[in-house]
Amino acid sequence: MTRRPASWLPIYAALYVAFLYAPVLLLPLFSVNNSATPTLPLAGFTWKWYQQLAGNRELVSAAWNSLAVGLATAVLATLLGICGARAVTRYRFRGKRPMSGLIMAPLVLPEIIVAISLLLVMLAFGLNLSLVTVTLGHVLICLPYSMVVLMSGFDGFGLSLEEASADLGETAFGTFRRVTLPMVAPAILSSLLVSFTISFDEFIVAFFLSGTDPTLPIYIWGQLRFASRLPAVLALGTIMLIGSFILVTIAEILRRRAVRRTQTDGCLFV
Amino acid sequence: MIELRNVTRSYGAFKALDAAQLTIQEGEFFSLLGPSGCGKTTLLRMIAGFDTPTEGSILIDGQDMVGTPANRRPTNMVFQSYAIFPHLNVEQNVAYGLKRLKLSQTEEKRRVDEALAMVELRGLGKRAAHELSGGQRQRVALARALVMRPKVLLLDEPLSALDKKLREQMQVELRHLQKSVGITFVLVTHDQYEALAMSDRIAVMFGGKIAQVDTPQHIYQHPVNRQVADFLGGMNFIRAKIVGEDERAILVETTGFGRVKTDKPGHFRSNGGSATLGIRPERLRVLWDDEQSRHEVAGTVVDRHYFGEVTHLVVEIPGFEAPLSVIETNNFGADDIPVGAPIRLAYDPDALVALAD
Repeated sequence: MTRRPASWLPIYAALYVAFLYAPVLLLPLFSVNNSATPTLPLAGFTWKWYQQLAGNRELVSAAWNSLAVGLATAVLATLLGICGARAVTRYRFRGKRPMSGLIMAPLVLPEIIVAISLLLVMLAFGLNLSLVTVTLGHVLICLPYSMVVLMSGFDGFGLSLEEASADLGETAFGTFRRVTLPMVAPAILSSLLVSFTISFDEFIVAFFLSGTDPTLPIYIWGQLRFASRLPAVLALGTIMLIGSFILVTIAEILRRRAVRRTQTDGCLFV
Repeated sequence: MIELRNVTRSYGAFKALDAAQLTIQEGEFFSLLGPSGCGKTTLLRMIAGFDTPTEGSILIDGQDMVGTPANRRPTNMVFQSYAIFPHLNVEQNVAYGLKRLKLSQTEEKRRVDEALAMVELRGLGKRAAHELSGGQRQRVALARALVMRPKVLLLDEPLSALDKKLREQMQVELRHLQKSVGITFVLVTHDQYEALAMSDRIAVMFGGKIAQVDTPQHIYQHPVNRQVADFLGGMNFIRAKIVGEDERAILVETTGFGRVKTDKPGHFRSNGGSATLGIRPERLRVLWDDEQSRHEVAGTVVDRHYFGEVTHLVVEIPGFEAPLSVIETNNFGADDIPVGAPIRLAYDPDALVALAD
């Protein structure tokens, strides 16, 4: 039985969505506005802010930095996530529950606290702040997300598939390569994409741990001090927004495909 | 062929398998039968190499297998869930194990085709795993194991996921297949009819221990104790007094059956002059009208259950602590006997077995 919702609910929902997304939608709008200040009324269409971006050396190098950090983070977090997720879903060991809880903790810890602690520790170890330290911090933040995605990947298919492979003569490594990996491949891709997206957008940890090479969000933050550069920042923001949206969508499609595939396997009466 | 010496698997104080002693012959269709938790699957998994005994040794062809991992044992397994690789098609599933043998392409293809023909899946090689029915998945699992030409094929409740008709058909097919390939089959099942219908020999297990090992007929007709008798089909239990005993036979007396001489099983220990007698429900026969028998008991029908081809009658006999179950085929009108009717039953004294408690 379905009940009609109260008549004010649609209005509330519309306001809510507007509050959530309208400011974000202003970003692309003003990024093609032919005016140095983001004010209404609009002053006509232009691509010039985007063209400026390409010529900006500092920006391009910040983008490369972010790309490098993002890729390194995605690979490292996913590798660690594969080991962790496999351990948690396949083996029984002492301290399993507290351990998986601790891995998930960065999800709820205040990021600024994590960032400051990391900074203190890295300075104490005598590490120079660089893109490497940023990457290490990002791995820490991305690992919980990567674990969640990968655990659902590993959970989906039964232990008996790996046993069947061993039974048919395959070694542990061969089993991983021929059965486990293809089965969790969508989850691995999805983990890579999610980690990359998170790292690419991340500000606080990068702010504390980056040295002289800024990542893209750090560069943007620096640009905000100059009003004249705002339109270019808006253009850049638009590109990042669209990029993130596409990556996360692909990740979600892959995750669903993985779930569907493993569910067909689990059902005996298809 | 397979020899289990004193095989024990304990988890802390709990013994999943307790000093199992067993020899399985080459080319035999052998079943491990028992209720869930009796240790039969643990035993099978130890033969396969997925579990390690805490004590004892497992020999295949005279070689101790303990310490040899599953991928280097001459055994292959059909899993209860079939464990068909979902990312591979039928052919690729069957060829999975062959890939490591590095056969020529034509030889590999020939063996895959041969295996698929054996399980009657000719022409379905290109099917994806998720396009298969339950029965087909089971056949793929079989082909995938048989193509490896193992010395021993292990089957973990392979028919439990199939519906009744298909299960009965597969029982016959598996039996024929085993005879034609001549490989030793070890089947785990909790279904006594499956074990009886398919096996050369059966080991009945309870609580981690092997209770009895014998041929289906012998195990059904001469169970060693009440537990085994009860697990394999129905059995009427009657308390009896031992009035005479020699090396080979015992003479017992019951109120209803009078004095009966039965074979004395080797393991029988007379227990303070009393014994439990067992008789299968189908070994009691309804006597019609004025038909006479040298051995008969009289009583009253107190309940009746109709099963189509047979009727189960519950008959109260004066002097028996429990009523007798009787199974009668319906070709003489057993389904028309009303509840409350007087009834006479014939029995063969040879069908009475003395049971250890």
